Amino acid sequence: MRQELNLRGNAALLARANPLSKLAAVVLITVVLALSIDWVSASVALFFELLLFPLAGLTLALLWQRGWPLILAAAVGGWSTSILAPDSGRTLIDAGIWTMSEGSLETGVGFLLRGLAIALPAILLVSCTDPTDLADALAQKARLPHRFVLGTLAAMRLVGLMAEEWQTIGMARRARGVGSRGSVLQRVKATLGQSFGLLVQAIRRASRLAVTMEARGFGGGPRTWARESAYSLLDAWVLAGGLVMAGVAVTAAVSAGTWNMVWAGN
Amino acid sequence: MPAPSHAAAPHTVRPAAVTARGWGWRHAGRAKPAVHALDLDISPGERVLLLGPSGAGKSTLLHALAGVLGDTDDDGGAGESDETGSLLVDGGSPRGQRGRAGLMQQDPETQVVLSRVADDVAFGAENLAVPRDAIWPRVHEALADVGLSHLPLDHPTSALSGGQKQRLALAGILAMRPGLILLDEPTANLDPAGVLDVRDAVARCLDKTGATLVVVEHRVSVWKDLVDRIVVLQPGSGASPAVLLEGPPDRVLAEARTMLTAAGVWVPGYVPSTRGRAAEQTPGAGSLLLAAENLAVSRQRPRRKGFRKVPPVPVQEGITAQVRAGQALAVTGPNGAGKSTFALTLAGLLEPVSGAVSATTDLSRGAGITPYQWKAEQLIERIGTVFQEPEHQFVTGKVLDELLFGPRHLGHGEDRVDELLERLRLTHLVDANPYTLSGGEKRRLSVATVLAASPQVLVLDEPTFGQDANTWAELASFLSELLDAGTAVVSVTHDAEFTAALGGTELKLAAAEAVAP
Amino acid sequence: MTTSAIKKPASRSWRVVDIVVAALIAIAGGVIFWAWSQGATALSGPIKIVYPPLTGLLAGGWMIPAVLGMLIIRKPGAAVFCETVAATGELFMGSPYGTSVLFSGFVQGLGAEIIFAIFVYRKFNLPASLLAGAAAGLFCGLNDAFAPWGWNVADSGEYKLVYIVCTVISGAIIAGALAWIATRGLAKTGVLSSFASRKAATEPVFS
Ligand SMILES: Nc1ncnc2c1ncn2[C@@H]1O[C@H](COP(=O)(O)OP(=O)(O)OP(=O)(O)O)[C@@H](O)[C@H]1O
Ligand SMILES: Nc1ncnc2c1ncn2[C@@H]1O[C@H](COP(=O)(O)OP(=O)(O)OP(=O)(O)O)[C@@H](O)[C@H]1O
Ligand SMILES: [Mg+2]
Ligand SMILES: [Mg+2]
Repeated sequence: MRQELNLRGNAALLARANPLSKLAAVVLITVVLALSIDWVSASVALFFELLLFPLAGLTLALLWQRGWPLILAAAVGGWSTSILAPDSGRTLIDAGIWTMSEGSLETGVGFLLRGLAIALPAILLVSCTDPTDLADALAQKARLPHRFVLGTLAAMRLVGLMAEEWQTIGMARRARGVGSRGSVLQRVKATLGQSFGLLVQAIRRASRLAVTMEARGFGGGPRTWARESAYSLLDAWVLAGGLVMAGVAVTAAVSAGTWNMVWAGN
Repeated sequence: MPAPSHAAAPHTVRPAAVTARGWGWRHAGRAKPAVHALDLDISPGERVLLLGPSGAGKSTLLHALAGVLGDTDDDGGAGESDETGSLLVDGGSPRGQRGRAGLMQQDPETQVVLSRVADDVAFGAENLAVPRDAIWPRVHEALADVGLSHLPLDHPTSALSGGQKQRLALAGILAMRPGLILLDEPTANLDPAGVLDVRDAVARCLDKTGATLVVVEHRVSVWKDLVDRIVVLQPGSGASPAVLLEGPPDRVLAEARTMLTAAGVWVPGYVPSTRGRAAEQTPGAGSLLLAAENLAVSRQRPRRKGFRKVPPVPVQEGITAQVRAGQALAVTGPNGAGKSTFALTLAGLLEPVSGAVSATTDLSRGAGITPYQWKAEQLIERIGTVFQEPEHQFVTGKVLDELLFGPRHLGHGEDRVDELLERLRLTHLVDANPYTLSGGEKRRLSVATVLAASPQVLVLDEPTFGQDANTWAELASFLSELLDAGTAVVSVTHDAEFTAALGGTELKLAAAEAVAP
Repeated sequence: MTTSAIKKPASRSWRVVDIVVAALIAIAGGVIFWAWSQGATALSGPIKIVYPPLTGLLAGGWMIPAVLGMLIIRKPGAAVFCETVAATGELFMGSPYGTSVLFSGFVQGLGAEIIFAIFVYRKFNLPASLLAGAAAGLFCGLNDAFAPWGWNVADSGEYKLVYIVCTVISGAIIAGALAWIATRGLAKTGVLSSFASRKAATEPVFS
């Protein structure tokens, strides 16, 4: 099981900001970057994001350790875009279904960088945000219905358990003679069976957890909160930071002439 | 940070009274009621131990008292849940007064709601809309009462041991200040020290608050001195009343001993008689099948750090053990010592962190020396593993298919199935879905399925956990027969009587060092 | 004994157990798909490098929670809720799509939800499941191909079309059919005993 990205006991500065303001800032950056596929705005944003790492308690080593599949995914995304994007300019590769031209390569590279620039702030957000704090903020500040928010939070706690359970069920099935090796078809079948076993356990656990919660008075009328979710000056800085990053990235791309609205391209 | 001690003035709660008049409950989709015609009075502050065989409706009654029963999505048609008579807490319906009763269920994992210790304790109080200023003193007090005040308030609940989780659940209940405390097998999977910890925490809290207590537990001796009364339930047959007998512990245990033992209740000082071994066993006899040498075990796989592989931190190191034909090996030790992890490694299901598990030629018969590398089909006819949770091992939708699964894969041994069905009293269930069986039946089935492949080594993880005395005796007798027939039996267990019944050698694992989370 | 003959429809409001089980299905769906994708990487890696639009054929795995959640809970909003929660779970596990995964999850759930809403939350049979899976796949394909954060937004027209057709097929088969089969299997094990879907195993397939 891959570890969750959240860093336990993270004492970094950004860990103290309200999750909602962090979320708002990250969503803003994501949307702005998504609007254009160009390497300038993406690189500028990436540069800022890397600068912010220490504030979120992340290091490059940690990022690589936990985030390498994402980086890989971005690279593959870049590749597929460069062969699928509409061609323009000199043709670089032409092998039947694959065509890559200067234009599509530029789009591909921009796409790769943009993918990273969109994935990274989410990693940043998650690594310095405790799910409990996020739930508190969503219920108290964003006024989402508390039954749904807390029910989900409680279910999320079971995720780690499910991951262990997955491993255990795998072993238990091997002890019954269900091999996880063999032909592709056999393996797919084995995985489906194991998934089903996990699902049965998950529903059983969740039903019992729901009883526990109800027995503690959950689901009735209004409730109070032991910890208040509050905004502070830091949150103003977080929002301002998001605005500045998005603004600088756009300005840089527009002035460099690379700004390339997604829909305008085709 | 250590929790500041907010020594709040000791509070008292208004203990709750329970009255049941002809109360009955049938679960949706069931033909028979789980509880039928229950008449019961529990006065405020009384402490009651609820006994009864598996399926007698004990849990159903506790859920009803907690007001969490009967919230099914009924469409009013036939086969829906059905309530008869009345069950009242303080003269009112339990459903309308959540928070009046605090319920602790059996599985410690699902007793924890949130991921930080203090949040979890505060959860109940928050739901009862206790003002914020009043919640924190309650949290501190509850944690102190159950002996967890040394933990930091933001300690992750996932890093608690089973016993600590049970005590945390108790704290969460106490913070609601309930008048009625309902505990469903609160100590079932704890080691002996953990059992006493939980029992003592309960005793302390009751002495302090004076709340009413209803506790369900298979093992009577732990609770006998704490309770005022024992109530024995019998399964809801639809004809006879639910309460089989009741009275003060000493009287019930003295007068109805035979009746209780016949019903499978673990009364103090009673060990069901089991079939002994055919001959006196000398340690070291029997041919060597499997040996563990200087073994270090962990559930974690090696982690990848960039491109490097980092081996996991083992929970146990330096284990050396031998498994011999016709000999029992009992693995014992406190919760979290790594007993299960060791057993899984020995059984070829987990890869050793270091050291080796090697099979002798008597066992491997050409399959290679390392069980972990055997194919699944090779494994099952050599080493059979019965997991603690039977449901993990079900792979089909029918009891009969379940039993035939191994032999079909191997291409031989189907004739053995009938005998196993007979022997483990499963014949009447051949068409049932394995998941729908009762706890005891599931356990017997999981043993039978593994045995159907005729393994030479049988590894069992907590085989007697949660079983009533009758199932227990049956299982012990059956295993001793297998031993006589030359099978090696490795069992992981907290159950000293079971270890004694099988004889053989004992491998004691010491408590694992607390690894920082 | 109360054996009322009047059939009243199951309550439309969510109970605590509905919420927790729905959320867990969603998250478990995420875990399963994550494990699944480990095996599938061997498959999808080459596909992606050779003919990327075909990866749409694997997309259905992401939409299982939407259909499965609805088939089990049978309450309005279940598809949207489950799929959004699944996306949140993915965000916390680390998603290559960043926070845009939340929107994708919402949109996919909406696709399935619309189908069940058209049937006024009364039909949970195989055709309804297939349609719901296909609709979720359609919305997924549209989102990936046309939303600015979509991974196929820069592809040229015909590739987008192929991709969307793939996601629709994948949604119908992997999300629709598999979820329907799983629900029947689950109902047989008795774990659904407190849900309206507890009789799913004996319900007719087509009507
Ligand atoms: N949610 C449920 N739906 C359907 N049937 C149930 C449900 N819960 C319990 N039952 C059935 O009701 C009967 C009584 O179950 P209950 O759990 O109350 O027994 P118990 O005395 O607590 O047994 P044990 O000692 O094994 O825990 C059993 O036949 C059980 O299968
Ligand atoms: N599935 C799992 N994944 C990762 N770690 C686990 C898993 N199960 C247990 N552990 C950890 O491994 C250690 C040893 O666990 P193990 O289950 O082997 O102990 P045990 O001696 O069998 O305890 P118990 O008596 O409670 O069954 C514990 O610290 C536990 O927290
Ligand atoms: Mg019970
Ligand atoms: Mg164990």
